[in-house]
Parts: sequence; structure tokens; C-alpha cells
Amino acid sequence: MATIVLDDSGAPKRQERGVLTGMGQGTERVVLGTAFIAVLFVVWELVTALGIEPPILLPSPSGVVSALANLFSSSDIWADLAESGKELFYGLVLAASVGITAGLSIGWYPRLGYFFDPFINFLYAIPRVALGPLLIVWLGIGLSSKVALVFLIAVFPVLVNTSSGVRSLDQHLLRVARCFGASDLKIFRTIALPGSVPFILGGLRLAVGQALIGVFVAELLGAQHGVGALIDNAGQQFQTDIVFAGLLIFAVAGMVLTGLVRWLERRFDAWRV
Amino acid sequence: MAIARVSMPPKQAAGAASQASAAGAADHYLYAGQVSIAYAGRGGETMLAIDHVDFVLERGEFVCLLGPSGCGKTTFLNAVAGFLPISSGQLNFEGQPVSRPGPDRAMVFQQPGLLPWRDVLHNVTYGLEMSGRMRRREAAAHASALLELVGLADFARSYPHQLSGGMQQRVNLARALAVEPELLLLDEPFASVDAQTREALQVELLGICKRAEVTALFVTHDISEAVFLADRVCIFSRRPGRIVREVRVNLPKPRDDVRLKPDFLAYVQEVAGVLASAAKAPSNS
Repeated sequence: MATIVLDDSGAPKRQERGVLTGMGQGTERVVLGTAFIAVLFVVWELVTALGIEPPILLPSPSGVVSALANLFSSSDIWADLAESGKELFYGLVLAASVGITAGLSIGWYPRLGYFFDPFINFLYAIPRVALGPLLIVWLGIGLSSKVALVFLIAVFPVLVNTSSGVRSLDQHLLRVARCFGASDLKIFRTIALPGSVPFILGGLRLAVGQALIGVFVAELLGAQHGVGALIDNAGQQFQTDIVFAGLLIFAVAGMVLTGLVRWLERRFDAWRV
Repeated sequence: MAIARVSMPPKQAAGAASQASAAGAADHYLYAGQVSIAYAGRGGETMLAIDHVDFVLERGEFVCLLGPSGCGKTTFLNAVAGFLPISSGQLNFEGQPVSRPGPDRAMVFQQPGLLPWRDVLHNVTYGLEMSGRMRRREAAAHASALLELVGLADFARSYPHQLSGGMQQRVNLARALAVEPELLLLDEPFASVDAQTREALQVELLGICKRAEVTALFVTHDISEAVFLADRVCIFSRRPGRIVREVRVNLPKPRDDVRLKPDFLAYVQEVAGVLASAAKAPSNS
């Protein structure tokens, strides 16, 4: 079933109906996406209920849920969440502000790019989690070394994306602006900045995922509190249900933050076809 | 007569131009005397794009520069706009040598070049904001009036991607007119829209230029477009470009339904003949 809809440009656009369900595309997407998760949970519950795997290797979904409930009934979890939250927040804010500022400058001034590019490529090539031990030596085992690691991991996607956004600006628009006698500052504000917003947001979306890796690895290297430390400790004591609960917390944090960036992307993308 | 001057042998023409630069350069609205434009080619050798061009444009005229593609007519237009320095000769606008772009000369390019993140109204105000000559509210009112002029008043809140190519080009034109330029420079502005739209836009452009009282220099490779629009058609040779002939088009305006009249077709034939011989003969022979 397909209906032809005319948009403003007069070009016909096909609007597919769901093949399987006959529902609209949006609804079908949600239904099918949820269906797979549901099936996964049923199979998982069955595997554990039938005793195919012992709970110490694979806890049941209900076991994970009760472990999660247990965690939240004690006050320790709030200390963990606060600690990991601080690392993630400070690291990301730092990465975003430094990444966007540096990316814009490097993209806008070619000479700055020539100057910094080799160093950036060098740092980018290092698996940055490997800098963790060094950061602990330099900054100690406290919050600062963890924020530094999250920052170092998350800054690159923002920086590289932003600078390539500025570099790939539509040259024709720049020519139009110059034709109107626009100053460099005005060109930057009215063309370079809005033109690279999609790239900046794309970089931020990547940075969120990277930052979560940073939080986990940083806490693995030694921490009193934190969700990553919680997972690490639980794993060493074969409390797999708590490990799973911790993973769930990471996943939810990642999805919420990514969703936030996606929402921003959609808002700024209204003008893109 | 202008035709006589440009078709003179080079030596004599040079003499006439130097006389003109002594006496008349300041009197003309736009004056080009023996303008050559060269640039560095790929192998480091100099490529000559424009070769000793003499050209004058008076206030209120509509002149088309016509020539085969790659003949340097766009290069010449860019020099008038102030994007490109000339290598030798004299290029004056209102008595002053052209050195850089200015809001007194607005350029309309072949691609609309609208800012995709601004709606139509704020695309039209863009030039005003850049030259900083008007307050925001004034600029918006001014832009609305121009949208009315190009027939897009109902689309002020639309975004460029929602418009057809012809409509985008009209926004582009409105944006150029918004800065109230004295000289409108158009570089094949209708080359990428379909034939019907192009003819409609040509009619509108003539009307708009008359109402807005602007002078226009219009680059095209389309013979009937040039004849339809222009008071004078300047025909360029192949690269390196020089003006081989000027044809004055004495058709009364408005020219809305002139396209099938014998006079119009005779001009098209004449210009086509000149263009064909210009394309055959290398200009530096």
C-alpha cells in the first residue's frame, strides 16, 4: 500500500505503510523495536528458569530487577551515582567547551590547523584509555584524574567534527556574504556557526558514548565510589545480578544523553531537507 | 558609435582608449579601458582570460555580455564586482578604481546561495544586516516590500528547501535588490531553471529593473535571453576574451510579447551570426 503525497516542491513522495502491520511507519517502528526487546526478555527468563545456565553466570531478568531495587534501597548507590555523574558531567562539559572552541578556531584559521593538526592526529591515534595510568600518576586517584580521562576521550569527536564542519562550509555562501561586504566576524557568526551546528551536534552524540567508556575505565583503575567501581567489585565477587544492574544504569544514562542530543539535532535540522 | 570603436584594429583601438582614459574615464558610470586579466595556470604559466577589453556602461542601461562558455565574460563580471584584480588597464566605477566588493554593486549568481537555516524573509534581509545600514525592523519591512515585488509575499516564512528553483532565484534577486544597489551584476542567474520559468523571470527582471531604477550588467550564453533583456549586447570572442562586437537592441520596452516578432528574430539572427564567427576565429589572430 502506498499513497502519493505532493510536497511543496511539487515532487511526488512515497509514503509507505507498514508492510507487516498496516500501521503508520512511526507506530510500526516502535512496535517492532519493543517486540524484539520483549522476546529477548522472555527467552532470557526461560533460559534461567529452566536452569540451563546457573544464576551465578546468568542471573534472571527478575533477579536483576530485584538487585536493582536492593541497590536503590541502600544509600551507597547515591554516592556511586553522584561520583560517576560528576565525572561524566564535568568531563563532557569540558570536552564540549574545549572541543567546540578549538574546533571552530582550527577550522576557521587554516594556519592554526596546520599548526595543531599533527599533534591532534597523534593524540587521536593513541587508544586514549591507555593514558589512564599516567593521569593517575599526575593527578592522583581522586576526581580530577577521572574527569581528565573522560575529557581526553570525549573531546576528540567534538573537536574533529566541529573543525571539519567549518572546513566543509558552502564556499558559495561565503562568496555571497563577501559580496555584501560582510566582515569576517559577521561571516563567522552568520554562516560558519549555524553551518557547523549539525556537525557539532553529531560530534557531541559520539562524545556521549565515548565519555561513558571513559567513566567506566577511570573507575576500573581505582575508585572508592562510582557505578563503574560498583560493577568491578560485584564482578570480582561473582554478584552477576549487580553487574547487570550496573550495566543497566550505564545504558540508561547513555540513552538519555544521546536522546537529548538527538532532540537538539532534530530542532536544528528543521531547515535541512 | 560604440560598435565602430570596438571593431577597430587593436593599435587604433588602444589609441582611442588612451584618449578616452584621459578625457572620458570619469564621465562614464562604469568604464573599462584596455582591461586585461591574467591568472597563474596549473603549470605556473600565465593564462590570459580577458584581453584588452574596452567597455562602458551608462546609468540606467541594461547590458548583456554574451559569449561562448569559458570566454572570460564571468571573469570580467567578477572584476567589476571587485572579487578579482585586473592585471592591466583601467577599471573605474563612478570615477573610482574598483578595488573590492561593495554594497553599491550587488551580484546575483547562478546558484541561489540562500542560507538554508534562514526563512525567506531573513534571507532577503541578509545583505542589509551584513552592510549594517538598516535597523532590524526597517530591514524586515523593506524585505517584505521586495518579496511583494518578486511575487513571493506569501512565502516569507518558508525555508529555501521548500521552494522551487525558480522561486529560490527570485529570493536571490530580492536579496540583491534589498541593499538598493546602483549596479546589479547578474551571472547567468536563470541558467539552472526550466525554460518556461526562465522566460517568466526574464519578463519580471525587466519590470523590476525599471521600477527599482537599477543599472544591470548581465552575463549569459543564451542568445535570445541576451536580445530579450538588453539595450546593448556585447559579444565576446573565445578565450582570451575580448569584445568583438556590440549590438544595440532597439526594441521598445516592455517586451513581454516580443519573442515571436520579426524584429526580435532578426536581432537573434544577427547576434548568432557574430557569435558563430567569433567562436570560429581565434581572437588573437
